[in-house]
Amino acid sequence: MAVKGHKLCCPTATYGGERLLRHKSILIDFQDGGNVRRYFGRKLLIYALTFFLAVTIDWLIPRFMPGNPIANMLSRATVNVENAQVMYDYFARVFGLDLPIWQQYLNFWIALFHGDLGISVYLFPTPVTTVLMRAVPYDAFLLIPSILLSWYAGNKFGAFAARSKWLDNTISPLGYVLTATPYMWLGILFAWFLGIVLDIFPIAGAYSFQMRPHLSLVFIGSVLQHWFLPFASLFLVGFGGQAIGMRNMIIYELEADYSHYLEALGAPRSLIRKYAFRNAILPQITGLALSLGVIVAGALVTEVVFSYPGIGYLLLAAIQNQDYFLIQGCFLFIIIGVLLANFIIDIVYVIIDPRTRRGMTGETA
Amino acid sequence: MQSKKLSRRDFLRLSALSAAGAVLAGCCPPPEPGTPAVVTQIVKEAGEEKIITVMPTMEPVEQPVTYVRGETLYVSGAAWGPASTWNPFQPGSLANTTGTIGNVYEFLFAFSPMTGELTPWLAESGVWSDDTTFDLTLKDGLTWSDGEALTADDVKFTFELGQKYAALWFSPMLLGSKMYLDSVTAVDDTHVQFKFTDPLYQEFANNLYNIPIVPEHLWADMTEEDITVGANENPVGSGAYLYDTGAEDRNVWVRNEDWWGAGVFGKPAPKRIVDIRFSSNNVALGAVIKGEVDLSNNFLPGIATLAQKGYVDTYFAEAPYMLSANTAVLFLNTTIAPMDDAAFRRALAFAINVGDIVNVAYANLVKAASPTGLLPTLSKFDDADVLARLGYTYDPAQAAAILEGAGYTKGDDNFYKAPDGSAIELEVTCPFGWTDWMEAINVIATSAQGAGINVKAVTPDYGAWNTALQSGTFNMTLNNWAAMSNSPWTLYNLLFRHPIQEQMQSGNFGRWENQEVFDLVDALAKVKVTDEAGMQAGCAAIQELMLTEMPMIPLWYNGLWAQFSNAVWTNWPTEDSGSSALPTTWSGYWQLGGLQTLIELEPVPTE
Repeated sequence: MAVKGHKLCCPTATYGGERLLRHKSILIDFQDGGNVRRYFGRKLLIYALTFFLAVTIDWLIPRFMPGNPIANMLSRATVNVENAQVMYDYFARVFGLDLPIWQQYLNFWIALFHGDLGISVYLFPTPVTTVLMRAVPYDAFLLIPSILLSWYAGNKFGAFAARSKWLDNTISPLGYVLTATPYMWLGILFAWFLGIVLDIFPIAGAYSFQMRPHLSLVFIGSVLQHWFLPFASLFLVGFGGQAIGMRNMIIYELEADYSHYLEALGAPRSLIRKYAFRNAILPQITGLALSLGVIVAGALVTEVVFSYPGIGYLLLAAIQNQDYFLIQGCFLFIIIGVLLANFIIDIVYVIIDPRTRRGMTGETA
Repeated sequence: MQSKKLSRRDFLRLSALSAAGAVLAGCCPPPEPGTPAVVTQIVKEAGEEKIITVMPTMEPVEQPVTYVRGETLYVSGAAWGPASTWNPFQPGSLANTTGTIGNVYEFLFAFSPMTGELTPWLAESGVWSDDTTFDLTLKDGLTWSDGEALTADDVKFTFELGQKYAALWFSPMLLGSKMYLDSVTAVDDTHVQFKFTDPLYQEFANNLYNIPIVPEHLWADMTEEDITVGANENPVGSGAYLYDTGAEDRNVWVRNEDWWGAGVFGKPAPKRIVDIRFSSNNVALGAVIKGEVDLSNNFLPGIATLAQKGYVDTYFAEAPYMLSANTAVLFLNTTIAPMDDAAFRRALAFAINVGDIVNVAYANLVKAASPTGLLPTLSKFDDADVLARLGYTYDPAQAAAILEGAGYTKGDDNFYKAPDGSAIELEVTCPFGWTDWMEAINVIATSAQGAGINVKAVTPDYGAWNTALQSGTFNMTLNNWAAMSNSPWTLYNLLFRHPIQEQMQSGNFGRWENQEVFDLVDALAKVKVTDEAGMQAGCAAIQELMLTEMPMIPLWYNGLWAQFSNAVWTNWPTEDSGSSALPTTWSGYWQLGGLQTLIELEPVPTE
């Protein structure tokens, strides 16, 4: 990358350790608010476009499914030939499926901006927003801790493992096994071993079937107990992947020229490792952003394995029942969640990687 | 200096991460499902309590937050999704709240498939005083759960809803070209008179135990939309249970302590019923093994092994373990060659190895069906003579003989060709994910291929399968939509549904056009329920035609899946218990013996 600007630096010892290490990167503070605005403006435009396209595909895909949702809904319902058509017409009107397709698409966007996602076919007559609002807290409760903790712990542990041959030899294979484990399979193993054989964890539900929700330690304990196994399956798979990634990155960074140079200067090992860690963390963040979709998909199957009432099972049932509106709603939440998480990672990137900031000014300087 | 800077950056990074967490959390409702949801729910429940209980001082505090195990019955296998409607007129597949019809709303009669008898429920008695008049007497002292009296006016009101709204499933009885119920009159508080034009006795008897009676004083002001498709939260019925609360994965019913029927039928022992929806069979299986569920009505493969080892109990101690609930019928699309040829269809019936379906696909959890398709509970309507002459069993040689007799010849690939020389290549379908049926159609395809008929098993998505089923674009497919019934007419009405329309939504999917059989089915509907000989004669004529022409092939009986545990609750209905109850919580089966099971259950004494 061509380096411009007067702060071009040379890798001399006088600049001190940090400047030296970042010989390719230059710290330029946000001198120009306009650039930042332009940077995020551009990012936001890309996100808006992505959102528009993703939501359009989200709207289209269920409609490409073979079959007819209303016919499915009524198939087991109507006993008499005589009133089948009456009910069919009625429901087609209710769901707005009697309109021309372009009109349906327009209506969809209009309703979306009014916060209306339609009525679920499968859970008729419940509005999709109500269905999702009941389910999404469980997903957030499962996903956010497992993503953040597995990322944090995985990286810490990977960096730690890279230091010692003994740890590396024992932990790395375990990490590879974990990261290659399908979420569902690990979940079933947990449910079987910890749930049924040892009988220390419940295998289904979000809280005990013997309780109604209320504020008490017992209830919160029950919620946590039911949350633990699905969380642990998501956490462990994520942990394995992050640890392996970090371990490889650290070994790569420790072999880089700057590390050897620093070593030759007599810097303490802990300092070298610290710098290696900070350089290695950047690809790990990018990796996290890229893998969010996979993690969400993993959470969906994990929820099915543990009968955990998030959107995982909803989505499965919605697809089976050709519930256009619920499918759209579920994917909409996934789209928003993944885009938002990516956006946050973009911000984090700007904060922790000076090159991004330099890039902002660099291109206009 | 350096380390100071680093730590500042560490701090920055961490705070950025935690901000990310906060924003993520902010985008969605709070991550703790406990806290805010609880508050609203308690408030809501408090409101519900006020509506459904007569005691005005009922506080949420009194409603226990943890259910006592010994008072609570845990069931699963009825709900297919979160509860979404408590409208008793919302037909089966839409109502995920099993118990709305049966536990909350009740019927004039109950029906026991085991004894074949209609028994009065809300009714005290019902008699046909002449050919077109049905006189119904209600029991004394019937009440709704809000304390109001249930009277003849409520019955009249309920039936007349069908006269007003064509969208209600029982409406054709009262409205339109096929109407046969002329008027419903409330003679006095406990007497109702039904006047008919040309009664379909068989169907009317079926409706007597399937139409839920709703309270006029609450339903009279409801709009058409509320009545036909409304969710009817806070249902007020006359039944033994009240709807208590629900979540994504459960529905809770609490006993109606003031139920009018406690003195008549006995008070059901479980104070509370928790109906659990599991997202998959393996979860349900685990819960059964752990004893968290008392009665599971899920189809669980391999339950035979668990039953033998004593983990669970089943209706029969040995194969088939389960009662038979409905008939799995292979519908053949008679509009396309070669299935438009009766000889080919009959040959196919001999080419399917039903024994393998029973033994291999189901591991002995089901029974082979009678060629007439009628359930064991209706076996008195099987015509022995017709069966002896026209019945079929797996016999590839016989299949070959029929095919060759009809001019089919074997090609080089060892598969039969049509008499005109064209190759035969057919598909047998069932929805993807219905694992037992997927196994079954594999057996069908394999055994048919062995007999020289080229059939492949294909499993489309449910939606695609259903569309093909109704629009008649399949080759051959499985269906089992006729439930246990008081009348053989129910099955034959499904098999020979007419007229043939563009969309066949509820029967005769293979579009077999045969006026003779249509007339026979219509005639059977009009036979009096007391005229057993007349019903037998009608069935014999239908069976003769059906087995000669073989427009569809009854294969096996799907089970009334039920595995239960005697750990907390006992006295379940079994083969040896002498009870006519059915161990089931399925929607539509409460009045067939599900309620009776609840009444007969006894708690296991705790030491």
